[in-house]
Parts: sequence; C-alpha cells; structure tokens
Amino acid sequence: MRHEPAIDLSPDVHDEVKYTTCYMCACRCGIKVHLKDGMVRYIEGNPNHPINKGVLCGKGSSGIMQHYSPARLKKPLKRVGPRGEAKFEEIEWEEALQIATKWLGNIRATDPRKLAFFTGRDQSQSLTGWWATQYGTPNFAAHGGFCSVNMAAAGLYTIGGSFWEFGEPDWDRARYFMIFGVAEDHDSNPIKTGMGKLKANGAKIVSVNPIRTGYSAIADEWVGIRPGTDGLFVMALIHELLHADKIDTDYLVRYTNLGWLVIDAPGTAEHGLFARDKEGNPLSYDKAGKKLADARLPDIAPALVGRYKLADRRVAVPAFQLLAERYMDERYSPDAVAATCGIDAGDIRRLAAELAHAAFQETIELDVEWTDWAGRKHDKIIGRPVAMHAMRGISAHTNGFHTCRAIHTLQVLLGSVECPGGFRFKPPFPKPIPPAQKPAGKTYAPNTPLGGAPLGFVNGPEDLLLEEDGTPVRIDKAFSWDAPISAHGLMHMVITNAWKGDPYPIDTLFMYMANMSWNSTMNTKGVMEMLTDIDHETGAYKIPHIIYSDAYFSEMVAYADLILPDTTYLERWDCISLLDRPICEADGPADAIRQPVVEPDRDVRAFQTVLIDLGARLGLPGMTNEDGTAKYPGGYPDYIANHERAPGIGPLAGWRGKDGTEQGRGAPNPDQLQAYIEHECFWHHELKPSERFYKFANRDYLDFAQRMGFIGHAEQIVLQIYSEPLQKFKLAAEGHGDIQPPDDMRERIRTAFDPLPVWYKPYEEEMVDTTEFPLHALTQRPMIMYHSWGSQNAWLRQILGRNKLYISTVKAAELGIADGDWVRVTSHNGSIKVQAKTMEGVNPDTVWTWNAIGKRSGSWNLAPDAPEAKKGFLLNHLISELLPPGGKRRITNSDPVTGQAAWFDLMVRVEKCEAGDEVSEPQFPEIGRLPGMEPGPDIVRFNAGGGKKK
Amino acid sequence: MTSLPSARGPKRLGLVIDLDTCVGCHACATNCKEWNTSGHSAPLTDLNAYQAEQRGVWFNRVFTFEAGGQGENARTVHFPKNCLHCEFPDCVTVCPTGASYKRAEDGIVLVDADKCIGCKLCSWACSYGAREYDEDAGVMKKCTLCIDKIYNEKLPEADRVPACVATCPAKARHFGDFNDPESKVSRLTRERGGYDLMPETGYQPTSKYLPPRPGKRTAGASLPREEGGRDSAGKFLRWVDAVLSR
Repeated sequence: MRHEPAIDLSPDVHDEVKYTTCYMCACRCGIKVHLKDGMVRYIEGNPNHPINKGVLCGKGSSGIMQHYSPARLKKPLKRVGPRGEAKFEEIEWEEALQIATKWLGNIRATDPRKLAFFTGRDQSQSLTGWWATQYGTPNFAAHGGFCSVNMAAAGLYTIGGSFWEFGEPDWDRARYFMIFGVAEDHDSNPIKTGMGKLKANGAKIVSVNPIRTGYSAIADEWVGIRPGTDGLFVMALIHELLHADKIDTDYLVRYTNLGWLVIDAPGTAEHGLFARDKEGNPLSYDKAGKKLADARLPDIAPALVGRYKLADRRVAVPAFQLLAERYMDERYSPDAVAATCGIDAGDIRRLAAELAHAAFQETIELDVEWTDWAGRKHDKIIGRPVAMHAMRGISAHTNGFHTCRAIHTLQVLLGSVECPGGFRFKPPFPKPIPPAQKPAGKTYAPNTPLGGAPLGFVNGPEDLLLEEDGTPVRIDKAFSWDAPISAHGLMHMVITNAWKGDPYPIDTLFMYMANMSWNSTMNTKGVMEMLTDIDHETGAYKIPHIIYSDAYFSEMVAYADLILPDTTYLERWDCISLLDRPICEADGPADAIRQPVVEPDRDVRAFQTVLIDLGARLGLPGMTNEDGTAKYPGGYPDYIANHERAPGIGPLAGWRGKDGTEQGRGAPNPDQLQAYIEHECFWHHELKPSERFYKFANRDYLDFAQRMGFIGHAEQIVLQIYSEPLQKFKLAAEGHGDIQPPDDMRERIRTAFDPLPVWYKPYEEEMVDTTEFPLHALTQRPMIMYHSWGSQNAWLRQILGRNKLYISTVKAAELGIADGDWVRVTSHNGSIKVQAKTMEGVNPDTVWTWNAIGKRSGSWNLAPDAPEAKKGFLLNHLISELLPPGGKRRITNSDPVTGQAAWFDLMVRVEKCEAGDEVSEPQFPEIGRLPGMEPGPDIVRFNAGGGKKK
Repeated sequence: MTSLPSARGPKRLGLVIDLDTCVGCHACATNCKEWNTSGHSAPLTDLNAYQAEQRGVWFNRVFTFEAGGQGENARTVHFPKNCLHCEFPDCVTVCPTGASYKRAEDGIVLVDADKCIGCKLCSWACSYGAREYDEDAGVMKKCTLCIDKIYNEKLPEADRVPACVATCPAKARHFGDFNDPESKVSRLTRERGGYDLMPETGYQPTSKYLPPRPGKRTAGASLPREEGGRDSAGKFLRWVDAVLSR
C-alpha cells in the first residue's frame, strides 16, 4: 500500500520578522528573529550582516532556549539570609534603586574609590566606563583582564591593532594560515567561514595548539606544542627566516621602526631609547644622504645595520640590528628549542620554509592605485599571503604578552600585516601606537568625576597610577608595578584584594555579568570564602556590600546582597559601538544595535537603563541636566541616540545629523534608532578599493579615519616592533628615573619589559617543583558554549552536559590510568576528583577539559543532581590568583606586563583514585531555588505558534 | 509493509556533507532543532530538559571521534549525521502502517505521524541510526530535509534551503538535486570523491560525504642558510650594502 499524505509545504512561518544582534557569545552576529503568536519561532543569521553573512553557529541557533530559560531572574531581590545561601526576598524596583543609590551615594560623598565597579562580559563598556568616570572611581574594568588583554595590549603596543576585534586574516586571499591557541573562541563565525574559504581555495592551514579539537581538527597540519612555549617556537621561525634572508626589508623600512636608531649607552638613563633630534623626532641613518635624518621622512634610505655616531658623540644602532642579533643567535635555532616546545626541529625548519614560500613565491599583486602617506602614488598593491590569528592559548600565560608580540613580529618580518592575503586591520584600527588615551585616576575626590576614562595606555612609569608612597591607586592594582600595562584592569584580583584590604578595603562591589564565585574566578573555593568572610571587629562582611546584575540565576547570585535582574538579549536595546569593542571588518567600519524583539514577561530591566537611572539619582554630571533632572529619561535607547562623547561623536556612527544623512561625525539624530531598524539594525561603510590596504600608511584611508574621528592626526602610523615604552620600564627597573619599582620587583620588571619580544618559562612552571606537578592543565572552549551561559541551555546541555579530563593515551598508560578511570588532579592550590578520558590528539605533557561545564548543585535552576553538578567540574579550584609562595609577597598570577590572568600556566599531577560514588569533587552545599522561581519543566514541547505556549 | 514509489519523479534531493571542513560546531544540529521544533514534525520534544538524563529528539547530530592511528597520525573527525534519504530505504519498507514513506517527486523520506504506531521497526531497519523516537508523543520522527522550508512560497527564494545548510558557518553542507549533473551537489560529489556511507546496506543513500583532503606538507623543506650572514664582528653583511628607500 502506498499513498502520500497531503502536507502543507508553505505553512506560515511567522507573523513578523525582526532584526537584531546575537549575544550567544561575543561575536555579535546579525540575526533575523521570526516571531509567531508572540513567541520566538526561529532565529537565523542575517545574510546582509558584515560579520556572519547569513550563517549562525551552534550557540546562536540555540537562542530560543536561552531566552525561555527557567533560570531567568524575575524581580529585584534583597538578601535576607547569610551570604552564599541564596535566601532572598523579592522587592520592587523602587526599593532596589533606593538601596543602591544610598550605598553608592555615601561612597561617592566620602571616598569614591570604595566603589569597585566591574562588569564581566559586558558589551557596553563605553557606557559603563564612562559611568565610572562620572561617578569618580578609578576602580572600573570589564573582563578583559582575565580574557585577552595580552592580545589587545601586545597588538596595540606593536602594530596599532590586534587579533579579532581590531583585525582579521584576509580569508579570501591568504595562501598560508597559522592559527595559535584557538579552540573555538573569538571570533566564532568569521573564523569558521574563513577556514571554509581557505580550504576551498586550497590554502594551507597550520594549527598550533596542544589539543586537536575544533579548528585544529580540520587543519592541514596540527602542531601539538607544549603549553607556554609558543613564543620560543615563533622565535625559531624568525631565526630561520633571518638566516635565510627571507624577510621583506622594503616593508620594514617603509612601515616599521626597525630602521630607527637606538641609543647604545649601557648604564645610562637613555640606553635603549630612540635617538631623537632636538624636536624629538626619531632618527635614522640615511644611506642615501649619508647622514642622520628624521626617521619618518619619505625617500630616505634608513640603514638597517651598523653603528652610527650621534651629534653628542654617543653611538646608536638601528633597531633591526638588535632584532637580528637576538634571534639569529643559536639559542633560538630549531634544534635548540625543539625539546622545550615538543616540536621536531625538522618540522620547525619546514614550517619556516613553507612560510617563506607562501610570502615570497606566492606574492599577490592587485592592480589598484593607491597613495601612500607621503602622497606618492602606486599602481599596485603587493600582498604576502600569510595570515595569522591567535587568541586564548597565547593570551592566558605569564609570557603571553611577549608571545603575542613575537607573532606580530613574525608577521611584520614577512611583510604580511595589512596587505592582500595577510592580516588586515578593521577600522577604526590601526590607531597610534600605543593609543593616546592614558588611564585616569592619579587624582580622585569626593563628588567629583574622574579626569578621564579609568582604563588606558601607559607610555612609561610616569603614567602609572601610584600614590605618593608607591601603593597602587586601584583596588585591582592595575597600572602599578604588579601589572604596569594592564589596559583592561585585573578583574580576577578584585575580590582577593578587597577581602584583604590590600591596598585598601572597599565598601561596595558592583558587578555585572561576571560569575565571580564560580567559573569566572581563579581559586573558586577560596573566593567563595572571601565573599562570606566576616570582619570580627565590625561583624560586617569584609566586602560589606555586593550589588549584582545578571539575567540568570548564576552561582554569583547567591553571594550578592542586592540583585538587579537584567533582560535577555532579545528583550533589550544595545549598541555595538565604535567607541567600544567594534564589529567592523577590514573593508570598512560597522556598528549595530539590539532592539527588543519581544517584551519581558517578568519584572526585569536592562542593566544599562538601570545604570543610567542610578546615575541620574546620584546626580552624576553626564547623566543629569543643570536643573537636576535626568538627562536620559528614556534610558539606554535615549542615551544611545542622544549622548555625545565628543562634539558630533556618539555611540553610533550611522545616520547622524539632524536629518540622518551624516556618518561618523554629526549632530545627534532623534530618529537614529529607527533608521538602524530600517537598515536591519546595522550600519556598514565600505571603504574604496584604494583605502583598503596599508591603512597605517595610506593617505586616503588616514584622511578618512581622521574625518570619522578614529585618529587625531592623519599621519603615518609606524609599526613599533622595537617598543620604547617597554624600554622605559626596563630603565626604571635598572635604577633610572624618579619612579622606580620596589627592589623586590626590579628583576621581574627588567626581564619582562624588554623592548623586543622575549621568551621565559611561565611563572608557575618556574616556581613549582615540576617533578611534583609535571603536567600542564588547560581548558578549551567548546564550540557550543559561551562560558556558563551555554551550559544551562536545554538544547546545548544535551550536546555537552558534563566534562571529563582528557589525557594522552601514552601518558595515561604511563600513569596506569585507563579510559573512564576516576583520577585526582592536584596543583599547588588544590585538588579535584574527576573522570578521565584518553585521547590521541593531545600533547603528552598536557591534560585538559572543556571550560565552564561544571556547575554548583542547585544553581541555574538545574536539578540538584544534574550531571553538570555531580559529574562536571572546574579546573578553577586548582588555579591560584596568586603566584606560588616564594619571594617577599605573593604577586598576582598574571602576565607581568599586562596583568592578564594566567589561567593556562597551571601545573598539576594526575593520579588514579577510587571511583567511589562517581561524583566529582569538590562538591558544595546545594543552592536553594530563588523566591518566585519555578523548577524547570521535565518535558519541553517547544512549538512556537503551535498552540502550546510554555 | 510499505512500498516505495513505483515511479520516481524528476528530483533526487539530498545533502553533501564535507568532512574536510566540518569543525564540529553543532550549528546544523541546533539550527535544525529550532526550525523543526515548530515545523512539520513539531515538537522535537526534550525530556528531562533541566534534570539529569537530559535527552530529546534531534534530526541532526554531530559525532566526534578520533580515527586513523595513534598520536599525530590520528585525525579528529567531526561527523554530522542525519537521514540520508536513501533510494531503497528499508526503514520505509518495514513500516507496517504506511506511516513511513518516500516521496515520489523528490525522494524525501517522511513519517506521517497520524499513521505511526510507534513500533520502532523503522529505527531497527535504519543502519544509520537516523530515526528519532519521540517518547512523549509515541511516534517516530526524522529529518524532513526541511520540507516546510525548501518549498515554502511564503519565504524568499534564497531562504528555501534546509536550516542545517543555510546556517553552516564553515559551508560544509550543501543541498541540491542529485539528478541534475550540473547541480552543486553533483559537481562536488564528482570532484571531491563524494561517497556513500556504508554502501553495503544496499540502501543507496542519496546524500553523500566528502572525505577529508590530505594535509599539505612540503616534505623535507627547509630554508638555505645564507652563509657569511654574520661576520665575527657581529655585523650583518648582507644588510650592510642594501639601500632601501622609504
């Protein structure tokens, strides 16, 4: 029997489609949200959006379950039991805002530093940072300090841009692509799409990563490097290229400072600084004119090697010579580094040869006319089609800043930065090196805004934020000798420092979207104890007040005194601003908005609107009119459209001016948000072909960038491979200048502040006994999860609901561990019990697990016996926020230059243990459900428009 | 038992899945889930959604495993799996009620939920494990190739492709008509050595997999060392004479 039933091939899909921006990770793709009967029916990528061009990843495609999660907070909460027990009562917003205003108002009137305002995975940092400025506290940062500040800072101090948000590989033209330390994170869809393109084009992909998952799985070649040695590996590649003279010297003299002269006067205060003329211009030795000349002049012929007398009879050498002397030394030869890196020396030589071949034998020439900074016209654009990308695996080490600088140096030596087929900047980058904004906070006073933004870029010791006695100004000790170039702050140190009262106690910790009592902190158990620790003199908590805003019942909620419930991403206004972390692409700047596509069904408010409301209640200057009324009574959307950071420059660049016809600069447009909605919620300006490459030295581009307000002056941005700011810190450590590090910090500063990239062993590995803790332990971000948000999602937790400890088959056999055994993992900071899984594709000295799968029992409104709680685990318990004991005091477990949290320096030992009850350890008391929160349903029959509303 | 169409129509629709490019991101799986949970076979029920033993109905699942040897010789494979819409599917012929059927026009294999008695014979017959039993509804469900999307006249033409294909960030999935030799799927199958999964079943799966490309290594390559690059005085001779203009 057979007959085909009649089926409806063209059912109604939606009542309405609304455009907005995804927030299932930090990638910020454009999405189309289909709505049916008031429910979210389907979320798909916007084909016109510059980031994702229609595609959407596994996370973005699970947004429905994120939006309808039973873990959503519903109403403001006030703590009524001891901290950590999640005993709350629901309160009205007015009461919540009054409580917050009272606490914050008292602090502001007395000592504004006593507010520590830290905003996790915040995508509105240009608002939150500005709010902190208006309030007057220097104690602001988002999560960059524990995420990727090494990448941002190394890029901005070297090439004026950085991986991911400030630049991208030329996916369409690259012939050779190296990706370092990336499992899945940043940026999600462009990397996937780009790698698909490279494969289709027949380009080669090399993945350098101790673990072969995700992108490494499809690479043509997987280099299973030992963690923390990437810098040394890159220097060996540089060694090979220099010895073979396979470097682009034309590029170096035109676009970098390697032809600038460096003073060679050991022991003096100017040793290692650039030789400059009376006007302060850096000097080169011009081989054409046979004399010293302003190094930035066009048409001179700067010497790359040699020793040259300066007017004052001192000697100077070109920076290139210092670079060549360093990396041509045999200690950087493939044979010398092979054992440390765990890579065969022959493979290193071959990879260097392949790089050189791609750069110099597969050169691209585009027949595009362009004009350089000096006004000279060129009829071709030359491309060296080698592209690179690097992220967390490089970033999360105490040598990550220099490793990232080494990668940029390698790219620059090949002439592959900002050319066809290479690594390309995304406007508004490149910026001057380093960017001009310095951190504010040298002075602060009650009821007074800060002199500028709390975060910025220091040029030397004189820019540090130190009190007269040398103690740090900031609670996280950013911009102190602990981490002088900590451009994103050190969120991972805030709780520890505040609890200790070092450098001073605080009154209120105000946080947003940061799960600091669980997966977003190091030393989780210790931090939980600090959050509940009581000062026995006063009987109050050592951190007296904690205000927290989140959309979900994360582990951190239990530790707050006041909860301000946020909306989901589909219920809110947002702007993805050029003033913040942009979403541009190499062919042009872009920004975007979120608009509410559904109304909240709970008593929640968007955090940004709440923050602006609090600002008005506190009378903060930028948020109140002269008569004391609120300046942005319409909340965040009102601010987005009407706020001006500088005359004509606001959060959004598109449709500015009274009639909406201007871009970049223009008066606020009251109908701007409507214009964005009419344009699918994003603005994108495409550069002319002549503006698209060599942006740091491209007349048309530089003029455009100045008009748009991206840069102050349309001058060439010279790549700073030799970094003078770093040398200034080194000189201070050697005893020069008025501001010097304390004696116990001198050696650390002297070593870490080298003007050229250096490699040193990660600190934890150096400090612990590696016979006791012989293995590196890492996490990888799973493709389907963005930290703890993803692992509560009803669909995503079916894909990955628990994690195991992965260990190489060879190492497991050596340790007598079989697949599925339970093991104890121990570090200098703690011990966990977990289940092991063996695999082939992992460096034998490395164990690893998926990031942020383990959850505390009862949190996120999951059943207390959910596998996330009972089988899943965090490595965080093993990682200390402080370096192992040794020396005068325990210093932050962070990169010594930037304060980047060194998650991946962790060293452990792994031993087989009894399986027992097969529950992971440590376990913590179950968190009870919040008032008003229903348990998650057993069965989900989600069918939008199917008449079965949840 | 259920018979296959006696006369097949003009089209043979299916997918090409590129194992060389799939990074295992599960976008195909979750985008399929969100389209189909409110689609032709709605809902794609989830059981114990927020409890232990969470599970549910998925038309598309990605499996990750290692294959091919030890250490560096092994390869990590991301293997997306869904119904292959076979030409001679036993899952249809074993169906006692006629609930499972293969469309004559385009070869898509579907389940008529009104006729399905939930006996699961089809899932035993499918060697690929592509059938998904909805314990809550008591019926079998499976990939529809997004039949309510690919022909949906209420959607713009560009959107009329299966959700898994439209969303795939790495472009590892392609949709088309295998009866058209010039279609992208036919061309890719020809050019890249597309193959049938487990041909020994005799089901003649319509959808094909593309094998991983061999990795590129220039065996034995290394750079010549420029002799005399550095003299005993530490000078770098080859760069001494170069006159390079800014």
